[in-house]
Amino acid sequence: MVTQLVAGEYHLSYERQGDDLILQMGPQHPSTHGVLRLELVTDGELIKRITPHIGYLHRCFEKHAEAMTYPQVIPYVDRMDYVAAMSMELGYVLTVEKLMGLTDLPERLQYIRVIMAEFQRIASHLLAVGTYGLDTGAVTPFLWCFRDREKILDLFEWASGARLLYNYLWIGGVMQDLPPGFAEKAMEFLDYFEPRVKELNDLLSFNQIFIERTANIGVLPPDVAISYGVGGPNLRGSGVRWDLRKEEPYCIYDRFDFDVPVGTGEFGTLGAAWDRYMVRVREMLESIKILRQALDQLPGGDPNEAMPRRVRPPEGDAFMRTESPRGEIGFYIVSDGSEKPLRCKGRSPCFTAISAIDAIGRGGLIADAVAIVGSLDIVLGEIDR
Amino acid sequence: MTAEEIYQRLQERFGDQILGFNAKAVDPSVRVAAAAIHEVAEYLRHDPQLQFDLLMCLSGVDYGPGKHLEVVYHLFSMSRRHKIVLKVEVPRQGGEVPTVCDIWRTAEWHEREVYDLFGIRFAHHPDLRRILLPDDWEGHPLLKDYQVQEFYHGVRVPYVGDPPQTGLEVYRTQEQEP
Repeated sequence: MVTQLVAGEYHLSYERQGDDLILQMGPQHPSTHGVLRLELVTDGELIKRITPHIGYLHRCFEKHAEAMTYPQVIPYVDRMDYVAAMSMELGYVLTVEKLMGLTDLPERLQYIRVIMAEFQRIASHLLAVGTYGLDTGAVTPFLWCFRDREKILDLFEWASGARLLYNYLWIGGVMQDLPPGFAEKAMEFLDYFEPRVKELNDLLSFNQIFIERTANIGVLPPDVAISYGVGGPNLRGSGVRWDLRKEEPYCIYDRFDFDVPVGTGEFGTLGAAWDRYMVRVREMLESIKILRQALDQLPGGDPNEAMPRRVRPPEGDAFMRTESPRGEIGFYIVSDGSEKPLRCKGRSPCFTAISAIDAIGRGGLIADAVAIVGSLDIVLGEIDR
Repeated sequence: MTAEEIYQRLQERFGDQILGFNAKAVDPSVRVAAAAIHEVAEYLRHDPQLQFDLLMCLSGVDYGPGKHLEVVYHLFSMSRRHKIVLKVEVPRQGGEVPTVCDIWRTAEWHEREVYDLFGIRFAHHPDLRRILLPDDWEGHPLLKDYQVQEFYHGVRVPYVGDPPQTGLEVYRTQEQEP
């Protein structure tokens, strides 16, 4: 008997059978990376069904955006994915520029954007792999990752004045030019960091305990991933070579030489949690490659030459997606010709990833639920907006 | 395939269910009658030359009081590398659109979100519940004429000022002329 939905009362959307036990994981659970509730229907140790309940972090981003001018929305965008704020800004800013038809931007600006986005990717992946180690019981890699991430945040703080929520990339410009000596310091960091990735691999990635814990759980087949709209490292972990930086180059990504790592299934099933994890580790090395080239070629000049004094896009709408560390972040903006967006929708990559959790986790063990959720690398601020 | 060609194929196939084509927009879009969206989507997904396997985004739009609502589908084909935007007009009151979540699984949650925030119902949706807001919330906040409910579980909802109408007035800045 399915319980009818009654206002204010807890209800189950599931017909209980036999000895089924319903287990609530969250909303306050250390491994849900935010406030997420998973309703697990279990039969013994097996998961029969996962129903995610989201919305605990809903902060009305889309409604707020309608009351703000276009530049005023940027700090709100930061708070969507608060561990990869630069990538969110880049996605939003590029969408507004697409709507305005603003294409002729200074070279230096383009390079600054790529540098910031790639540093953010490394910082975000460090957090993802570090906390994933923590989820599966390894504490040391987490501390090492945070030590290195801190150095990137220091660079960001130097450039923008903020450690996490930057408001740095603006429409047609940046808040301020890079400080003198930034490129040298950044290079120094890359030289320091590159060997650390190998260290991380020795400690965690190729650790037999970690591999056995993750290499055969949470398998996501490629066709299911595409149907659910899962993108980014989660999709590449399933062996699909798809990266928007290569397929639909935005900014100046077509100038750089880098590879797109994909899951290989070398220690288990293709598309398992370990593959998704490993794609992130390998992507950090590719980001280092891009950063080295970008910092080498960084031209001089004023990055804010073409910054529009007043942002007033013509009537119309535009959708644009970019490759954020968590997948394809898309913004859909409708303009009525005024200074405020008529509609600003964020299409979040974590939203689609967590919607696929039932397809990924069904039939697995309860003990693996934490490891499966962790491997998707979700940030609830972005899911709930 | 360009958007123009996709539009022509759709028009040949569906005739007067295809209501128009906007080629001048930043992303060219095709207007589709609400009743036909499921057939159109299925055709776009399974036709060997179109193969739209990815639903990038599904969003609702409100054009203001007295005007219509809209559901916008951003489609992309990963194998054919082309894209198209479908737009469906929905009346403000009692609008209903057939679901496409049997074609693209990701539509299930996106449609729940549109239902939650705009009140557009999706016919044959397997689980049309609120997703971001609590189950017992009143109203659909992204409508332009939305009024915040005064009390929620005995707690006054507008928390600044006495009493703001939409809860957003406090943020509204003065219009400044250059």
